[in-house]
Amino acid sequence: MGATKIVTDASFADDVLLSTKPVVVDFWAEWCGPCKMVAPILEEIAAANDGIVIAKLNVDENPQTSASYGITSIPTLNVYQGGKVVKTIVGAKPKAALLADLAPYL
Amino acid sequence: MSEIRDVIIIGSGPAGYTAGIYAARAQLAPLVFEGSVTAGGALMNTTEVENFPGFTDGIMGPALMEQMRAQAERFGAELITDDIVSVDLSGETKVVTDGSGGVHRARAVILAMGSGYRELGLPSEKRLSGHGVSWCATCDGFFFRDQDIAVVGGGDSALEEATFLTRFARTVTLVHRRDALRGSKIMQERALANEKMRFAWNSAVEEIQGEAKVSGIVLRDTVTGELRDLPVTGLFIAIGHDPRSELVREQVRVDGEGYVLVDSGSTRTSLSGVFACGDLVDHTYRQAITAAGSGCAAALDAERFLAASE
Repeated sequence: MGATKIVTDASFADDVLLSTKPVVVDFWAEWCGPCKMVAPILEEIAAANDGIVIAKLNVDENPQTSASYGITSIPTLNVYQGGKVVKTIVGAKPKAALLADLAPYL
Repeated sequence: MSEIRDVIIIGSGPAGYTAGIYAARAQLAPLVFEGSVTAGGALMNTTEVENFPGFTDGIMGPALMEQMRAQAERFGAELITDDIVSVDLSGETKVVTDGSGGVHRARAVILAMGSGYRELGLPSEKRLSGHGVSWCATCDGFFFRDQDIAVVGGGDSALEEATFLTRFARTVTLVHRRDALRGSKIMQERALANEKMRFAWNSAVEEIQGEAKVSGIVLRDTVTGELRDLPVTGLFIAIGHDPRSELVREQVRVDGEGYVLVDSGSTRTSLSGVFACGDLVDHTYRQAITAAGSGCAAALDAERFLAASE
């Protein structure tokens, strides 16, 4: 069963850009209420889907990656495939809506 | 078929959780649908709550909601982090369906869905959402360090957001349609005294500029109609809230703005066994403490209704 993976500025290239599976990166921070609401939904999606990696990047501790992808709002979920952003989801959404958005990559 | 419960509460926030605490203590074993991403309600997007009685030094909004939630749970409220997607409230047995397709039944329902933020209604607003346009200062203020940004709105939420954003931004321009603020005196004084704050009075946002991200806004003078550019990299929208009554609008009576109507001095809606509380009902006060108070009233009203119909 999959669990969410913590990624950082240092590990981003290896863990996300070079991943053979699609990777959903959750840009989040401790002080963001909606991020906390989305977190358990992502855990559930990670546990139920082995074909995709769900990664979490703390924007406070990893400003480089957040800046280079122009993140100005969290939670933002970027889906990376072959090293490129193929989908961006801004803001907290219900599980059904997230699953619908992520369906092509699951 | 699921068992018929005494009471189902739709929504969380101070109203829903307080209704949960009271209903649980009345041994009604309430089932609370907190909402999948709205759990905790509007306070989840705030920082310090300074006016909730009992917290002398203030408390963070999300922490306050966590405590209310735990308190409801402690007395036996069953909390489900899912949305209700359809309801049938007309019969003696109320039927609600959750986001995963589960069907639940109860003799009484308490509506506490709260309110959602209002949008400006500009085409550029959605396109630039997450790219400089935001509704959550506490989430996104961090990304605008040393930048010039704007907040649109004139009430307490706008003032609170604007004041909070001065921690990060170089300047924060408050854009307001009128020439005076509507917020509370203490918030106004704080905002007016803040060196980083600028004020664009009698101004409405006509357009948000920028292709991939916000580069500025066009302001229209609400008196002269004149247009002017304000270069900003971020726009925070705090122009108020609308009641989240879509789910029940066809079944219970609502007013012209969509607020659920209740009998004066109670939380009874136009349907027997259906009660409503919090921001869903209240367009006058809209405070955490008034929402909590009305949540308590809804649970007591539901309890009396159930006792009388036995």
